[in-house]
Amino acid sequence: MNLKRFIGRDFVTALVAVVLGLLAGAVLMALIGRHPISGYVYLFRGGVMSIERVGNTLATATPLILTGLSVAFAFRTGLFNIGAAGQMLMGGLCATAVGLTLVLPKPLLLTVMVAAAILGGAAWGLVPGLLKAKFNVHEVVATIMMNWIAYWTVYYVVPAYFKGAYLETESRKIPDAASLKVEWLTDLFNGSYINLGLFLAVISVIVIAFIIDRTTFGYELKAVGFNRHAAEYAGIKADRSIIMSMMIAGALSGLAGATFYVGYASNIQIGVLPTQGFDGIAVSLLGGNSPWGVFGAALFFGLLHSGKGFMNAMTRIPPEIADTIIATIIYFSATSVLIERNWERLKRKAGGVK
Amino acid sequence: MWTIIVQVFPYAMAFTIPLLITALGGLYSERSGIVNIGLEGLMVVGFFTGALVISKLELNMPGISIWLGLLAAFIAGALFSLLHAFACISLNANQVISGTAINMIAGALTVFLARNITGSGNILIVHGLIRRDVPVLSDIPIVGRLFFTQVYATTWLVLALLAVSWFILYRTAFGLRLRACGEHPQAADSAGINVYKMRYIAVMVSGAFAGLGGAIILVTYSGEFTGTVSGLGFLALAALIFGQWKPLGVLGATLFFGFASTIANVSQVIPALSGIPGILLKNFPYIVTLAVLVLSSKYSQAPRAAGEPYDKAKR
Repeated sequence: MNLKRFIGRDFVTALVAVVLGLLAGAVLMALIGRHPISGYVYLFRGGVMSIERVGNTLATATPLILTGLSVAFAFRTGLFNIGAAGQMLMGGLCATAVGLTLVLPKPLLLTVMVAAAILGGAAWGLVPGLLKAKFNVHEVVATIMMNWIAYWTVYYVVPAYFKGAYLETESRKIPDAASLKVEWLTDLFNGSYINLGLFLAVISVIVIAFIIDRTTFGYELKAVGFNRHAAEYAGIKADRSIIMSMMIAGALSGLAGATFYVGYASNIQIGVLPTQGFDGIAVSLLGGNSPWGVFGAALFFGLLHSGKGFMNAMTRIPPEIADTIIATIIYFSATSVLIERNWERLKRKAGGVK
Repeated sequence: MWTIIVQVFPYAMAFTIPLLITALGGLYSERSGIVNIGLEGLMVVGFFTGALVISKLELNMPGISIWLGLLAAFIAGALFSLLHAFACISLNANQVISGTAINMIAGALTVFLARNITGSGNILIVHGLIRRDVPVLSDIPIVGRLFFTQVYATTWLVLALLAVSWFILYRTAFGLRLRACGEHPQAADSAGINVYKMRYIAVMVSGAFAGLGGAIILVTYSGEFTGTVSGLGFLALAALIFGQWKPLGVLGATLFFGFASTIANVSQVIPALSGIPGILLKNFPYIVTLAVLVLSSKYSQAPRAAGEPYDKAKR
């Protein structure tokens, strides 16, 4: 298959899915008696109208880039990582634990925290990977179980060791030295939530793109994803690839946890599975499972999420419209066959078949 | 020990029943070859529809409104599952992705609508189902005390659906055909079975049952639509696999989850359990599930064609 044409078609599919999703959102807005165009105007203005809001959009997109990357990476090996939420939670817990315990100069402390988050997430990805490779336990069920184990672990560990000053349900605030927020960046964006996590996310995109497209290791992972048995026949250790793939996916989600809990936020709450974990699936799908596609999709979803509050305030359209739009986009990406079929038909009609 | 069982049992059953009916729905779908991880979302749809219908009707029609709500949830679940059926059966979409989309759409759309109706996004119903004693049967020793004293009518509705499902799946031509579609759809097709139709029916049953499950949560222990069933749909999916895709296995698995979760919740008041840290008790069901999946992986009874789109041209 011609590579250039393949990318082009993926892009068109994604674009059509986005347009259909936005249309569905418009219909919903109209159904409840609000004006769709003004709704969208406020939604997008809420995301980009000031330098501070742009910063917030980027900060909202940061964990999404990483969870999207996590899901996409596992997908390349034919694995469905529905456990990004739990991995993210564990990453966040590890980073918070280090940040609240160690007293070190900021650069060193942040390095240790990020490493802890990566390890925590990787451990949470390793278990389903091992179970899949050695015992053929379906990773969807295993990662769902791991999500709940993470949920209850945080539920008990945070109040026991890192209890907040006022509330039982959240950890203490991390000190400034342990936050991924840095002064020059915050000032640059007029006091927004933007933090160093964005750079970590961009570096991750570059590294993962390199691994997938330019290394033997990445090639092996993809081969296992296409056909595990054929890959094994060709001498690739499929078991090892599956374990490594889930571990790296977990590590990426763990990093997402760090950018969220010690970057965007400054404490960790109990009793909540982060929605970014599930949104990561959406990001990965819309991005066609490619690292740069994920990057673009995460920015788009970040925009929807950061603009929805403003839209709600200005038009009283419930903020869940953003989630509905995202969900609809995913449904249309999942049924992209329909789009592709019509696209081909359209091209034939136009007489532009090449 | 007996008193603990008697005390815990009603709570455990209340938790088990929605799980059981949802897992049973999943069983139809997976036995026909369609993996349905959208169960969570379909439960939410039933949860929402039930709350909406009951809250609108309960003033004028007390009593019957609860049953109309359950019926509406049943139908809404079936209709909503058509989205999944259409994507997976007619368009050969990836079933896990489509299921994820169902979960996300259901979660967002219902809260969106609820917020538009009530402002807060929660819908409260004033009256739920009332626990009743079943006359005569409640006098039977042991069994009567556990199953016929202070039970919800929905418990018996669901157990009856379980029995009927077992009969349909294993004792009727329809059930045999449905299972054939999940094992070897090409063979089923060549025997004259319309694979697409069977799968559509199965997915709709799974949606209807999951919708009912969501509404049962509402009328038994929740009383309020909150926008989420907090992972029960995923747990039902795990119970389905834990129960090896068999009705009685699913019953056992959901009972296990029901009891394990309830015991974790009441452990503080039971002296024998209060010494065990909560973190262990809460995680116990999930860790056991993983362990069971590891142990049973060699003998997995998964429907052979589950998760694969049916392609007529393939041998």
